[in-house]
Amino acid sequence: MAEYWFIADGFEDKVRNFQNRKSEAEVNLEFAIPEKDFNSAGKGSSELKNLLKRLGVDSEILRRIAVASYEAEINVAAHSQGGTMYSAIYDDLIHVRFEDQGPGIADIEQAMVPGFSTANDLVRELGFGAGLGLPNIKKNSDAMHLVSESGSATFLEFIIYFA
Amino acid sequence: MIILSEYLSAIEGKNLTPALDPDKIELRGAYVGDMLSDVMGSAKPDQAWITIMKHMNVIAVASMTGVPAIIFAKGNAPDEAVIDKALEESICLISSKYDTFKLSGILYMLLNK
Repeated sequence: MAEYWFIADGFEDKVRNFQNRKSEAEVNLEFAIPEKDFNSAGKGSSELKNLLKRLGVDSEILRRIAVASYEAEINVAAHSQGGTMYSAIYDDLIHVRFEDQGPGIADIEQAMVPGFSTANDLVRELGFGAGLGLPNIKKNSDAMHLVSESGSATFLEFIIYFA
Repeated sequence: MIILSEYLSAIEGKNLTPALDPDKIELRGAYVGDMLSDVMGSAKPDQAWITIMKHMNVIAVASMTGVPAIIFAKGNAPDEAVIDKALEESICLISSKYDTFKLSGILYMLLNK
């Protein structure tokens, strides 16, 4: 499996601490993302955003979380045979994971290049497929991790700290 | 900074969401684009979004980005379900007969007068 890691400057220790963390998340959410259903895609991000807003998360942090999770949801709907979004909310951060049912990303390095897209005509007609989804997720995350290969499921996770 | 109602009259726009008061929305600029990821990557919460796209995902993009108002160019107007969703998300929808160039130019002049 090919793998891509991004950790924002200054977050290396924080992310390592998170990986060794034993405590459970305070809230866990799970949403199904059906294939090519662009009306359903986004529901998970929308509910997550509303919940975090009620919890008092700063509006700029909230915008970053909403954009990253919506881009990832659209990616799963546009490029996979469907998948699931899992959100784990801790007191200091959010950890969001996306697991789909393939068919996987042939070249992750290429997929990370802004402007590169494999989106089909339907997706492009909707105004997606600019090749900016993964770069936008990276840009808004404190850490992002992508694992995939052609013919396999894709796993994407990102972490965003609340302060 | 200007208020949306001032811009609304300058572009001879129609408020498609009359339940939302354009007197209460402040604008410091706009982002113009039809590629949703480009808008999500660059639009700011105090900007209007000027576009010709009018399907349901436009509302989600505005909501995720925090954009308070969408200006539909060239007389475009979304259908009822999209307007309902915008009301739910408190996003003001405006339709104008002008194209994106003119809509941008008018806003630029109002902001810099």
